[in-house]
Amino acid sequence: MQFMLLFSRQGKLRLQKWYVPLSDKEKKKITRELVQTVLARKPKMCSFLEWRDLKIVYKRYASLYFCCAIENQDNELITLEIIHRYVELLDKYFGSVCELDIIFNFEKAYFILDEFLLGGEAQETSKKNVLKAIEQADLLQEEAETPRSVLEEIGLT
Amino acid sequence: MPAVSKGDGMRGLAVFISDIRNCKSKEAEIKRINKELANIRSKFKGDKALDGYSKKKYVCKLLFIFLLGHDIDFGHMEAVNLLSSNKYTEKQIGYLFISVLVNSNSELIRLINNAIKNDLASRNPTFMCLALHCIANVGSREMAEAFAGEIPRILVAGDTMDSVKQSAALCLLRLYKTSPDLVLMGEWTSRVVHLLNDQHMGVVTAAISLITCLSQKNPDEFKTCVSLAVSRLSRIVSSASTDLQDYTYYFVPAPWLSCKLLRLLQCYPPPEDGAVKGRLVECLETILNKAQEPPKSKKVQHSNAKNAILFEAISLIIHYDSEPNLLVRACNQLGQFLQHRETNLRYLALESMCTLASSEFSHEAVKTHIETVINALKTERDVSVRQRAADLLYAMCDRSNAKQIVAEMLSYLETADYSIREEMVLKVAILAEKYAVDYSWYVDTILNLIRIAGDYVSEEVWYRVIQIVINRDDVQGYAAKTVFEALQAPACHENMVKVGGYILGEFGNLIAGDPRSSPLIQFNLLHSKFHLCSVPTRALLLSAYIKFINLFPETKPTIQEVLRSDSQIRNSDVELQQRAVEYLKLSSIASTDVLATVLEEMPPFPERESSILAKLKKKKGPGAVSVSELEDGKREGGELNGGGERITDASAIAASNASTPSPSADLLGLRSAAPVGSAAPSAGSLLVDVFSEAGPVAPSSGVTDDNFLSSTPSSSSLGSEDAAPPLPESDELLNKFVCKNNGVLFENQLLQIGIKSEYRQNLGRMYLFYGNKTSVQFVSFTTALNVQTKPVEPLVEGGAQVQQVINIECLSDFIEAPLLNIKFRYGGALQNITLKLPVTINKFFQPTEMSSQDFFQRWKQLSLPQQEAQKIFKANNAMDTELLGLGTALLENVDPNPENFVCAGVIQTKAQQVGCLLRLEPNAQAQMYRLTLRSSKDTVSKRLCELLAQQF
Repeated sequence: MQFMLLFSRQGKLRLQKWYVPLSDKEKKKITRELVQTVLARKPKMCSFLEWRDLKIVYKRYASLYFCCAIENQDNELITLEIIHRYVELLDKYFGSVCELDIIFNFEKAYFILDEFLLGGEAQETSKKNVLKAIEQADLLQEEAETPRSVLEEIGLT
Repeated sequence: MPAVSKGDGMRGLAVFISDIRNCKSKEAEIKRINKELANIRSKFKGDKALDGYSKKKYVCKLLFIFLLGHDIDFGHMEAVNLLSSNKYTEKQIGYLFISVLVNSNSELIRLINNAIKNDLASRNPTFMCLALHCIANVGSREMAEAFAGEIPRILVAGDTMDSVKQSAALCLLRLYKTSPDLVLMGEWTSRVVHLLNDQHMGVVTAAISLITCLSQKNPDEFKTCVSLAVSRLSRIVSSASTDLQDYTYYFVPAPWLSCKLLRLLQCYPPPEDGAVKGRLVECLETILNKAQEPPKSKKVQHSNAKNAILFEAISLIIHYDSEPNLLVRACNQLGQFLQHRETNLRYLALESMCTLASSEFSHEAVKTHIETVINALKTERDVSVRQRAADLLYAMCDRSNAKQIVAEMLSYLETADYSIREEMVLKVAILAEKYAVDYSWYVDTILNLIRIAGDYVSEEVWYRVIQIVINRDDVQGYAAKTVFEALQAPACHENMVKVGGYILGEFGNLIAGDPRSSPLIQFNLLHSKFHLCSVPTRALLLSAYIKFINLFPETKPTIQEVLRSDSQIRNSDVELQQRAVEYLKLSSIASTDVLATVLEEMPPFPERESSILAKLKKKKGPGAVSVSELEDGKREGGELNGGGERITDASAIAASNASTPSPSADLLGLRSAAPVGSAAPSAGSLLVDVFSEAGPVAPSSGVTDDNFLSSTPSSSSLGSEDAAPPLPESDELLNKFVCKNNGVLFENQLLQIGIKSEYRQNLGRMYLFYGNKTSVQFVSFTTALNVQTKPVEPLVEGGAQVQQVINIECLSDFIEAPLLNIKFRYGGALQNITLKLPVTINKFFQPTEMSSQDFFQRWKQLSLPQQEAQKIFKANNAMDTELLGLGTALLENVDPNPENFVCAGVIQTKAQQVGCLLRLEPNAQAQMYRLTLRSSKDTVSKRLCELLAQQF
């Protein structure tokens, strides 16, 4: 896989993961182009399309589009299920995930993705194992938590 | 607010994100972000040392801002500090920031690598995984240099935790992809293969991606993986759906791993060992059988996972192309999918069948689905599915069904989406040619193509029909009759006029016996279209007319009258005028014999690959047209051309008019350069050839090896003895204009000189504006070029501006710019300024588009040391350079490294054309560029390199 993008129906990018080196300018260009192309497609259309020399696999979940670019010899259907497994992971972690969860906890969305996919390839496909790794980290964090100031508690710093 | 705020819940971050979301406008958002950036900056700069938590929070905010699409230019150091924190979440945020905002600052890279090194050595698996994720996400060369040796050791060490092994495998894969030279094969490679046997499915899943990639590059070293993969696959395929616990996905056992195993096997030929092969065939049969079983779940995830494996298995069967039984079963399975209610499956079945169609074992089986595919072409609602159907029809076409398929594609073309029309036209043209049994069908098909989709019929297509008609005498009469009929339509496409003009000009005599298509009727029909056509078509028609004079002497007076008319012989287009004059003269002077020789029928074209096929290949890139198809094309093309390999040149129209690119030249693919004459601006008589060829080198130019600029002795105004030497800054001023054509060339307290210029091919025109900035008039105002110019007004009033026009023609390549000397008296004092006129060789660039393959092929051809000029230099400007104004074509997706710029262009001079290739490689870290130029002429490479090196 070359990259994965999550964007909303309004075309707002919610998550971007690039597995090939590209300049920021190029990334922005690709994002703009793909968001436009995918949003223009009708609901019943097929989930795959040819784009440049890559294949795009996308699926919409509620208000979010998940969109992956894979190479020519890669398998479209299994990529579709990679998307689904990622959605399941998010759902399980956040408990019925919605777009807002991904906005406010974007760093978690990245961490979960890194446990699941690395360098564009599936690293661990077991839902249990991925969530175990993430929850372990959460646990580590709670232990480390130190008391914070009152100002911090109300979000003023 | 988030539904849950697991773990840390950095409140400050959540508040900030809410604020951003509440912003009503882009401006408000930017304002809020700037406020936050100022806040963070002050915190980072403050005297009070920040605790880890605050640092983490601010770094996270910066990351959020960056991901919104804003630039971040600080905070990297704080993120690097977080890497060495002992707290997991702080480290994690630090790594995330680094992964997303890779900064090539060398100082930081060293610090980052250090932190990674510590974490890798920490023996704490969670820390090790974070470090490995970071390497895999960044994947830079510096990281490869630092860790490509270490990671294989971690991967195969006996005591490494499973989760670390998984990360290490994919981390190594990423490094191997970016810097294969740095990942050295060694003792570890054999141990990596054995990870396929690992008990932990996650380890196998991760390792197999690495093994597949390594196998593609070093098949021999990894060939033991084949039997291991087969036994692993066999175990999965035969397992019950619950055996693999959490690796079962919607009742499908380990779908990801299964797909990857099948994919790995596609790197190798079928196993030689009979037992292994038997086991594999068994697996493939089981997979095909399972497709027929009733689904274990109605969920789409179940069928997707199951079918993902099925399609991968079919790919492997096609790859082996040796098991007729499996191939036919695969084809039948795909046939079922063609009518499936899931659009995705229909799409994939069409795509997969395309490759099956090229196998001799399954070609016939694929053909049985023709009606379904035609139906898909007509009824699918999604254009990308229709496209697949068209591809499949093309792939399954052979002599037995060509007429049906071509007819269907033609009728589809009438309503086809604009996006795929051009490709469809090419495909129809190729099929019609490849499978033509009788050529009247071929001619009908192509003329229909032009009628239905004339705008999408490229030159190659109509060139090709002419080629074939000329080479086959059995179709010439039919072709003449058919084009004659087609031209009767009140509105016909210009491409039809071209084909009609050419064919009637050659073979109109074959239908002249019929009184309904007598010579004069033919001529009048053609000429009725003349006024509606573009210049190139008119030129072609004029050639057809002169051919008519030869074919039918009785039309001579009529045609001569047409040629003699003002609209031809005085046509403002040079090409048309020249043809009219020459043809008129030819027809009146030459004897019948001479005329008959000069205007003889075109000789057959030599046998060659169809130019259309070449075009389709170019359009789709290599691989889109299989090699066998290409060979087919050649073979059939040969048959078609009827062995005509005679090349004669004397009789062609081209011979009578050297400056005319005749269609025949293009038909042969030797597209000649645009004729020089036609490029002249229309006001040709005004053109002052300022850089005349003769005459001594102007003394003031001061350069001896100047083969371009020479002054006409008559240009009197440059009293070389009293012209000032060029200003010291004149070179710098010149450099400012390399990439732009308009602007202020020079300015002091008295005088401002503005320039406007335009270039086309080897010609240019420059307007100089001399502005008097003072309130006092300049007297005795003269300007002189070391070549001839028209004088300017000698008086420049205060505050006024005078204008001077210079027409420029580039005769051959040159190095020194012309010198411009300006003298005038201002309040009695003589002012004497000499500047370099900003005319540089790159102004005569014509951009050239080319594919990556062409580019590098030409690049290699220009490999003599003197053809190359290279400079490595420090960036003068910010390195986000856009290569605008150079005049060359900036070629995208040509260089494998997307940071690099490559350009191609042709320098047009009167004497010759010099093709140039340019490659600019930025090194953002060192703030340096490497510029390489290659051209067929050493002086051009050198000069361009000097000029352009100043521009970045």
